Amino acid sequence: MILLKAENLTRVLDTEEIPVTLVRGANVEIKAGEFVAITGPSGSGKSSLLYLLGLLDKPTSGKLFYEGEDISSYSPSRLARLRLEHMGFVFQFHFLLPEFSALENVMIPMRKLGALSNAEIEKEALARLADLGLADHAHKLPGQLSGGQRQRVAIARALANSPKLILADEPTGNLDTVSSRTVQDILQNLVQTKGCSVIVVTHDPEFARRCDRTITIVDGAIQA
Amino acid sequence: MRLLIAIAFRHLLARKRQSIVSLMGIVLGVAFFLAISSIMQGSEDDFIRRLVDNSPHITVSDEFRNPRIQPAEKKFGASGVVSIHGVKPLTETRGIRNFQEALSYLKGQPDIKASPVMVGEGIVTFAGQERGVTINGMIPAEIDRVSTIRNYMVEGSLDRLISNPDGILIGVTLAKNLALSLNDTISIATQGGQVRTFKIVGIFKTGRGNYDRGQIFMNLKRAQSMLGRINRINGILIKLDDPNKALTRAAEIEKTILYKSESWQESSEDLMNTLAIRNRIMYTVVSAVLLVAAFGIYNVISTVVMEKHKDIAILKSMGFPGWDIRVIFLIQGLLLGLAGNLAGIPLGVAFMKGLAKIHFRPPGSTETISMPISWDAGQFIIAAAFAMCAALLASYLPARKASKVEPVDILRGGV
Repeated sequence: MILLKAENLTRVLDTEEIPVTLVRGANVEIKAGEFVAITGPSGSGKSSLLYLLGLLDKPTSGKLFYEGEDISSYSPSRLARLRLEHMGFVFQFHFLLPEFSALENVMIPMRKLGALSNAEIEKEALARLADLGLADHAHKLPGQLSGGQRQRVAIARALANSPKLILADEPTGNLDTVSSRTVQDILQNLVQTKGCSVIVVTHDPEFARRCDRTITIVDGAIQA
Repeated sequence: MRLLIAIAFRHLLARKRQSIVSLMGIVLGVAFFLAISSIMQGSEDDFIRRLVDNSPHITVSDEFRNPRIQPAEKKFGASGVVSIHGVKPLTETRGIRNFQEALSYLKGQPDIKASPVMVGEGIVTFAGQERGVTINGMIPAEIDRVSTIRNYMVEGSLDRLISNPDGILIGVTLAKNLALSLNDTISIATQGGQVRTFKIVGIFKTGRGNYDRGQIFMNLKRAQSMLGRINRINGILIKLDDPNKALTRAAEIEKTILYKSESWQESSEDLMNTLAIRNRIMYTVVSAVLLVAAFGIYNVISTVVMEKHKDIAILKSMGFPGWDIRVIFLIQGLLLGLAGNLAGIPLGVAFMKGLAKIHFRPPGSTETISMPISWDAGQFIIAAAFAMCAALLASYLPARKASKVEPVDILRGGV
């Protein structure tokens, strides 16, 4: 089953001098339960493609289908709801809210979704953290955690609402080898046990090799 | 919504010092607003109370607002054939005609206390000095109904005027000038050539120089005979249960009894205008205080927005719509406004209590007075509402900016 499909996706950035084409006519299909890597040289448009697929950015032209439905014309708040319910994001930098504990950070998307009671949310969030070996650090603030731990909290947060699609932008780019390996294991595990689709932007060839498939992008265009 | 409030709250707590500084702006703004407006309002109330207490609420005089329409004019005036100028009244004895009827009408009104008065000029001669005085002829038993002179008696009493038809009340300045004291006699002459001797049964001191020097009170019957206008009156003094209705009641009374009825607002119109202008100046000044406080809020919230760009981006990527982001920062403004009120109102009350304790003697006055402080609920509501609006407005612009943050711009930039 195809979870996400992009047709002829183009994104042109209007700068003051000359327009820059970030992504050029990309056609992408992501199946449910697929582990896909996006690779390419720096500045090739990997992240830009990921943001378009993650509905964070609006394409200049082209169409996007989620579970077969054309979402190109959705309003920003409808797209926000779709992200909340179906997608999780992990970035190179953890982007945890510094005033909130690890547990609270994981709870925020759940509370926003509002599907569970507060007690259930706390239980679920603790379980997510425990899955990633962070049970002992649940009540620490992000500032009190190591880089690898923060990134794992960020993954726990991305998983908060049991998304169908995880989008990761260089999730290991800022980590040491051991932490990097842990994050890779976690993501791979998600695909295998929970049936999530994972799209990961990386320039680590070893990480890319662990994925089901690799999309290579050069100068905004996908290479065959 | 509770989640948004929690986030807003954490943002403010994370910047305690800045939040407190901007909060102090609102706190002091609200407190000063209250202190100043309570003095201004209090002094205005005090002024009006004195004005209202010490003068009749409505004075019916023996004049007409417009010249009376003559029969010939009534009949032919509309056709323009007749035009009458310089009409001279047939009788020279002025006064309110049929005053008994007018009085009985007024006494039939439940909210009105009325008493007739005969006012005229008299001359007191003493040791070669002549002093003009205003004779107020009143029914002694009814003076209390329309005047507060009883409160100002320093010697003798109003009651003695009731029991002694030849008694007289004079002001303290007149008594001093003429070296008169209680139970002395005083001779008063009028224009008609009447001279009569009265016994001083009371001395009053109102603190208003002209009044204490020039006004005397005597029995209505005596005044009528002194002024040669037996059985006539030239004024009716009226007190109302509610002085604020004087304007409309005066119009109603004038319509019924036709003589000019002047409310206290009308007779002190210029003063009322001055007060209204003063009020506007006051509100402009104190609003400026809160406006400055609003800039403090604007400053702290826009700083938070600048610093929280990353958080805003991640919240948006998580699925918080722009509206939620806007609400988070508006809530911060509201929280600051609310906290500012919670601390500012008690502080303002403390200021007001402190001001109320100040006693001083205005130059030229003989008695100490305290600051008149108004405790009217209205000013609390205005101060609180204004502070909330200022806080909300100050947070609106940064909040709008925050809601427009594009997550991609921040995520691309990295740190």
